[in-house]
Amino acid sequence: MNAALAVIGVFLLLAFYLGVRARQGKDMNLEQWTVAGRGFGAIFVFLLMAGEIYTTFTFLGGSGWAYGKGGPAFYIIAYGCLAYALSYWMLPKVWKYAKEHRLMSQSDFFAHKYKSPMLGVLVSLVGVVALIPYLVLQLKGLGIIVSEASYGKISPAAAIWLGVLAVTVYVMISGIHGSAWTAVVKDFMILAVAVFLGIYLPVHYYGGIRPMFEAVEKANPGFLTLPDQGMSVSWFISTVLLTALGFYMWPHTFGSVYSAKGANVFRKNAVLLPIYQLVLLFVLFVGFAAILQVPDLQGSDADLALLRLSIATFDPWFVGVIGAAGLLTAMVPGSMILMTSATLLAKNVYQVFSPSTTEERVRKLAVYLVPVIALVSLYFTFRGGETIVALLLMGYNLVTQLFPALFFSLFKNQLVTKYGAAAGIVAGVATVAYITLSGTGIGTLFPGLPQAVKDLNVGIVALAVNLVVTLAVSAFPPKFFPFAGEKIRRT
Amino acid sequence: MKGIRWLIVVPFLGMLGGIPFANRVTPYVLGMPFLLFWVVLWVVLTSLILWVVYRFDPEAREEEGK
Repeated sequence: MNAALAVIGVFLLLAFYLGVRARQGKDMNLEQWTVAGRGFGAIFVFLLMAGEIYTTFTFLGGSGWAYGKGGPAFYIIAYGCLAYALSYWMLPKVWKYAKEHRLMSQSDFFAHKYKSPMLGVLVSLVGVVALIPYLVLQLKGLGIIVSEASYGKISPAAAIWLGVLAVTVYVMISGIHGSAWTAVVKDFMILAVAVFLGIYLPVHYYGGIRPMFEAVEKANPGFLTLPDQGMSVSWFISTVLLTALGFYMWPHTFGSVYSAKGANVFRKNAVLLPIYQLVLLFVLFVGFAAILQVPDLQGSDADLALLRLSIATFDPWFVGVIGAAGLLTAMVPGSMILMTSATLLAKNVYQVFSPSTTEERVRKLAVYLVPVIALVSLYFTFRGGETIVALLLMGYNLVTQLFPALFFSLFKNQLVTKYGAAAGIVAGVATVAYITLSGTGIGTLFPGLPQAVKDLNVGIVALAVNLVVTLAVSAFPPKFFPFAGEKIRRT
Repeated sequence: MKGIRWLIVVPFLGMLGGIPFANRVTPYVLGMPFLLFWVVLWVVLTSLILWVVYRFDPEAREEEGK
């Protein structure tokens, strides 16, 4: 028991040490703090992007979905792969534009492309509203992982406070450099742990991968495919498509694009990342292996499948290693989210309303906002909420609403105006909020439609509303709108 | 040869377009139920396709040459 605790403690300290030390030799201005002076090569950018992809969701949600839902869990492998394919085309364009105009954040991109600081404010607010649940999700995951892996010795609340404290301090000191260095440890750990568990557990309990799947299929026929209703084929396709489009719309992922030193970094990464994310396959294997071994996890407890099976199988010190890997999967994205939200609020909201603020003041404000955002997230974490995946899907639908405006801005012909972009985002976000809060599905909106249409991910409706409004409003010339003379402030 | 980038559409069509036909357990391939194998197959093919695009993309070549 103490062995597990000791291992987790050592890795927490190691991550903290690397995170703080990462600052060394850097003159910390805003550009250095938030986008590493645009100096990261392929490996750091690769790790940062992978770092944000392999989150606690990978660890708990991925195995939890395999355990609780079966076939539909395969979507987790599909969407990242298509997002990378899209990234080959999209990210070099984004990076080049960002470098030319010295952009620091995702909102800067929208504000510059559409020449509208107010659009930047809107994008920032959408981003922060989506990021906070995402951070809460990471923190809840962190609490679960550490408390389970410490055999209950550390309460989830204590683990969360410790993790947040470490992340807050190194983000304030090192910014994105801290995230990049902790990502190095984390990716090495999660790769080793996931591949080992995903091979060892099926072999140990079933004698192989195929015998495991056959046993699951025998116990629960049809579990390994998509059902006829609900999470059906049309649900799968629409969900994969939506999440692939939303993937790079997360402000922290979008922002990390700027840290690269060249456009080819993204092309090379796009080639490698699909294969690399097959690590998720092994996480799914663990969830399937748990079905017949720890069969009594109901509802959101399915997220505990990986940890419960590991505790039943391994010695405490190794459970500690798994716990440490889990801890790091929360810290890396957590640190990026804290830094990004702070930058958005300081640069794209505060500075817009107080244009005389110098860049150094903006950086200081961002740094001091980090603990504030951390405290707000802690508040939401302890006040309770939905289960892990449901939260993530809502955040995903929110950031996906930024996709049409971004997509249209990448072409030479500006088809979409700033009014169209803003109106589309507002309409899409309002639709997501309405749908989520009222628990609406396509089936309740249009009961007469065929089952395949009813099963579509309801986020499609929001995106469609968004697209129609974006194009319709853009069809009007700007003089129809108030604020047409909005001043353009170049920073 | 900038048109080579249109190949990026192929993974979307292949992975998602094939799902209705791949939604089955048998045959098992590499120990995986067929639906999972289909997804994994397209992940590997996506990497290969993007590699081909990278090899022939004039902008990527130009930056490589720098």
